[in-house]
Amino acid sequence: MTAEATEAFPSRTAADTAVRSGGTPGKRESRGLLVRALVLIIAVAWTVPTAGLLISSLRTESSVSSTGWWTVFAHPFEFTQYTLANYERVLTAEGLFDAFINSLIVTIPATVIPITLAAFAAYGFAWTKFRGRSFLFAMVVGLLVIPLQMSLVPLLRIYGEFDLVGSFVGVWLAHTGFGLPLAIYLLYNYISQLPKDIFESAYIDGATPFTAFTRLVIPLSFPALASFAIFQFLWVWNDLLVSLVFLGTNPDVAVLTARVSQLVGSRGAAWHLLTAGAFISMIVPLIVFLSLQRFFVRGLLAGSVKG
Amino acid sequence: MSEALEPRVQQKTSAVAVVRDLVVAAGVVILIWLGLRLLRSETALSGLGPFTGKLIQALVAIALGVVGIWALFIVVNSLVEHLPARATTAIRPFVFVLPAIAVVSLYLVFPAVGTIIQSFTEVPEGEGLFFNYAQAFSDPKLQLALRNNAIWLILAPAGALFIGLTFAALVDRIKREALAKVFIFLPLCISGAGAAVIWRFVYEWRPPGTPQIGFLNAIVTALGGEPIPWLQQIPTNTLALIVVMIWLQAGFAMVILSAAIKGVPTEMIEAARIDGAGELAIFTRVVMPSIRGSMITVFTTIAIAVLKVFDIVYVTTNGNFDTDVIANRMFNEMFRFRNFGFATALSVILFLAVVPIMVINVRNLRRQGIGS
Repeated sequence: MTAEATEAFPSRTAADTAVRSGGTPGKRESRGLLVRALVLIIAVAWTVPTAGLLISSLRTESSVSSTGWWTVFAHPFEFTQYTLANYERVLTAEGLFDAFINSLIVTIPATVIPITLAAFAAYGFAWTKFRGRSFLFAMVVGLLVIPLQMSLVPLLRIYGEFDLVGSFVGVWLAHTGFGLPLAIYLLYNYISQLPKDIFESAYIDGATPFTAFTRLVIPLSFPALASFAIFQFLWVWNDLLVSLVFLGTNPDVAVLTARVSQLVGSRGAAWHLLTAGAFISMIVPLIVFLSLQRFFVRGLLAGSVKG
Repeated sequence: MSEALEPRVQQKTSAVAVVRDLVVAAGVVILIWLGLRLLRSETALSGLGPFTGKLIQALVAIALGVVGIWALFIVVNSLVEHLPARATTAIRPFVFVLPAIAVVSLYLVFPAVGTIIQSFTEVPEGEGLFFNYAQAFSDPKLQLALRNNAIWLILAPAGALFIGLTFAALVDRIKREALAKVFIFLPLCISGAGAAVIWRFVYEWRPPGTPQIGFLNAIVTALGGEPIPWLQQIPTNTLALIVVMIWLQAGFAMVILSAAIKGVPTEMIEAARIDGAGELAIFTRVVMPSIRGSMITVFTTIAIAVLKVFDIVYVTTNGNFDTDVIANRMFNEMFRFRNFGFATALSVILFLAVVPIMVINVRNLRRQGIGS
């Protein structure tokens, strides 16, 4: 994790840091203390809300509703005060296990489909010739301006007519449509920069554009593909609006965010359940994010705005 | 656009290969169709019990989506390669590009045009074209939502920018930089719905005299104050919601600005220091002007996200107690009241608000030489 983090945010050497901090060594030290204190304060402030959620999710119903979560720090290692009962309850009785699986069913294809379509399209725009190429590319990039709210009403009607509301395929395609402009834009920026020679030699060796794509473009674009994949995965997993509109809250298909927001409505005061439910909805993004953050950071720095 | 290349060798085609590929293509189409039927069927997996049934459903769905999309591309391409050489060359680019174009047309282009048209035509009998817009701007609740959006639009990006910039500048000077950043960065992967639950708990209010289980009111009462109903009290509640957005977005600001700060040449900072400038002056007069472009990117990107903010408001207050914003109202008009004409007008207003910010954003990126 530390190695990953270091790569994600390349640090300066100690000497360089000293140069940039300026001042005499003594002055630097006292100022360094102030800087470290400020960093600590902000970092703690940013972590407390999530920590409170996690700790509360592990406490019993009666203690969550009668005392603050920070009281556990009086005896942090008294393990009898912790329990997994809340998790058991939300996963079974409140149906979050099914919602968890539904989130996977929605998110994995809704990440792979747009990235596949976008990679093919970016390659087509960058390395093949056809009429209308510039116009179509400009259109796709221009669509970045359109908020997805602009699409909801007409799509909702069409989905109603074709009985697509509540189908996984319907929501995959919706996420694909909404994610494609950014995906094509980011992947085009990368794929169009690949060196021309590799295609020339591949064609001399008898490759078709399709094999050049699968054997050269895909492996060489791995960093860009990974960045966008993480982006789209987090976006789809965390989305509430699209899944409410196109899947709804029927327990057979509802995803985690939708079920958690329902839980807030139905059990707004049952904090032992709400905290456990919310944490379950956060586990997968946290793991994806912490293990792959350098790709995520790279994606952010590549300039990303989502419609 | 880069210069396109064409392959020099075309594959030879034989009748056997054509028949084989046609059969494979038909097989793929039938398999996908069967898979879709299975997913839509209520009864197919019910014999397996709830747990196994759900897992099998997940495997079928994920395999269908992931493998299906690739299988479709491969079979279409194999068929196109059997055409005469010139036809292959002419059609193949469209095999690559058209699926994406078709999906964005179906999901963005046509619906957006439809939304604009419906916002004018879906009006009660005998009313004029601008009925929905007139309604929108005369509705006091919507005026309130627009006012709230304006407050969000200023405070949320500014707050995230301030925290992100401060933190980026501070951690640039410490050793455990990467570790420190993770804490600010982490909320970026949390959903709006999840953040709403987290902060509802922070803002939880209990009557005075009883133990406060919300962190903020515990602090307030410990300092001798009365507990504050953060999410009900106007106008504190809108600010309380904006804090949630700042908490989520500060990490984004920090990442972009930290990279920008590291790009400021050390010589420039050294020169200013030799001239006797203090640390704060160096930061505001040397560093900040040179990362101006990145600061605009951060502000505009968060501003666009803020205009479309929905889940935070929906899960915390659902717009009650004067906290409504336009995206939440649009959702409720569409989804709860089925008031489609009004909802489309609201989404057009939202779109019109996004456009100028997007223009600033794109111009700024151009100036920096990105994405041109």
